[in-house]
Amino acid sequence: MNSPILVAENIGVQFDAFTALKNVSVAFKARQLTAVIGPNGAGKSTFFNVVSGSLIPSTGRIRFNGQDITGAKQHEFARMGIAKSFQITNVFPQLTVGENVRLAAQMRRSRFGLLVPRQSMTDLIVLAESLLERVGLAKAFHLPARDLAHGQQRCLEIAMALACDPKLLLLDEPTAGMSPEETLDMMDLITRLAEERTVILVEHKMKLVMGICQRLIVLHHGELLAQGTPNDIRANYEVKRVYLGQKV
Amino acid sequence: MSSIDITDVVSPRGAPQGSRTVLQRSMEFITRHRVAAVIALLVLLPWLVPYEALAVNILIFGLFAVGFNLLFGYTGLLSFGHAALFGSGSYGAGIAIVHFGWPWWLAIPAGVTLASLVGLVIGYLAIRSRGIYFSMVTLALAQCVYFAFYKAGRYTGGEDGLRGITVDVINVFGWRLDFLHPTTKYFVLLVFVAAALWFISRVLASPFGAVIEGIRENERRAAACGYDVAATKLIAFVISAAVCGLAGTLRALHLSTVPIESLHYLTSGHVVMMSLLGGMGTFFGPFVGAAFVLLIEEFATNFTKYWQLLVGLVFVVFVLFFPRGIWGSILHWLGRR
Repeated sequence: MNSPILVAENIGVQFDAFTALKNVSVAFKARQLTAVIGPNGAGKSTFFNVVSGSLIPSTGRIRFNGQDITGAKQHEFARMGIAKSFQITNVFPQLTVGENVRLAAQMRRSRFGLLVPRQSMTDLIVLAESLLERVGLAKAFHLPARDLAHGQQRCLEIAMALACDPKLLLLDEPTAGMSPEETLDMMDLITRLAEERTVILVEHKMKLVMGICQRLIVLHHGELLAQGTPNDIRANYEVKRVYLGQKV
Repeated sequence: MSSIDITDVVSPRGAPQGSRTVLQRSMEFITRHRVAAVIALLVLLPWLVPYEALAVNILIFGLFAVGFNLLFGYTGLLSFGHAALFGSGSYGAGIAIVHFGWPWWLAIPAGVTLASLVGLVIGYLAIRSRGIYFSMVTLALAQCVYFAFYKAGRYTGGEDGLRGITVDVINVFGWRLDFLHPTTKYFVLLVFVAAALWFISRVLASPFGAVIEGIRENERRAAACGYDVAATKLIAFVISAAVCGLAGTLRALHLSTVPIESLHYLTSGHVVMMSLLGGMGTFFGPFVGAAFVLLIEEFATNFTKYWQLLVGLVFVVFVLFFPRGIWGSILHWLGRR
């Protein structure tokens, strides 16, 4: 039994005269790695912003675990268990790497006293250490986040997204700006993450995701062009036409 | 925004041990016991400055700047309206004593409460905007507060200020203290300042302190981490208002009057200058800045009638060459060695 964890129904986004998304309906199954792909300007980022809570759609509804969450605020999305990483690296630059993750993990405490020292919550610090270990940044615990290389900052972002133990992990082009080796490591990490939770990945480079995802959603000109398994998509004539010249 | 208090860095197993100088180690000791260090310095202050009224001023404006810095240096919100909170504290305490005949120990919470309420209203309206617009909204609302108190002359004395806040003897559980004696007065006020510093230090070390720093660093990321940015900013604004209000009540007790200038936008500018010169986003910085500004003014007014020119020049030099402020630069310099 694999019911959808996230359902987007008839999502439409209108920016003045420009239609960024038109009637996109997609259901994402739990514990799967789904990739949203499409050429530039396909509406991938707009779609990502809608399902991650930073943009309220002009039309349509979003359901998370059966609950209508359309119009909820960004922090409410996070509290419900939808974590995200941004396309442009987005960390707390002057805080230490450890504090970045610890602060993200602190959200698990629904209430905290104004006068309790944060160092006394040792479990959160231990958690931050283990998450950083996982993304390969354990040694950087005491460094300011701004001192990390670009690829490391992206890994830090993943650790921060994991820190609140999300039910759904949304990643917006996690390999953007990475070197080929870093990209491979990141894909490897994402594959391992997807073994234990639902991951939705927005990616421009189709080749990258073909091998690792269970399902693909193809957007084109703000519309849903195709969806299915990587094999379905590979065989899809429309997709081939859109990605003309690219070997699918 | 490049100055970070050493104590804000969470270290699970203690900071990495390297070769550190005695200077660095003693700085770490000071920052670890930051409240005790400030209080120790403040206990000695009356004998370090030319006369005691100046020490009292440093005490009061130092607390004002610490409260302001919670919002400016730690939450990243530049308010140009903090005079309204400082002044509301003064008037709240003053009106309680003059018009309602309340004892001094009830007047202090009255002033703090009034300042917090004013802070709640200003904060609620201002946090809807960001950056320069936030600063402008706080400035505009603070001017409204100024005119409201100016016009309510029956209670506030209007242009002349509120006079007649006489507290000459302070009775602490049967122990009578002569509040007119400058040193006694200084130490009575110091008790309240010390309590407020302890409170601020705890707030900064708490998980809430971590969230406001996160908001300063990256508001969108903080929201994506599940923190309600608007609510957190409002709480920070009100805490800041309460602390600045306390500074205001202490000033009313100290001066026995409340000048209308305490609500003036120049007072707001004054506290911005103190925080910047001392080092925003550091625990000691605001106190250092308050002492520095008040001492410079003291020196410059004796020296020339164009003293404001000199103060302005010092300010420009600092903003251009030491943007971290005095304490921030010291911390940065020690951190690099």
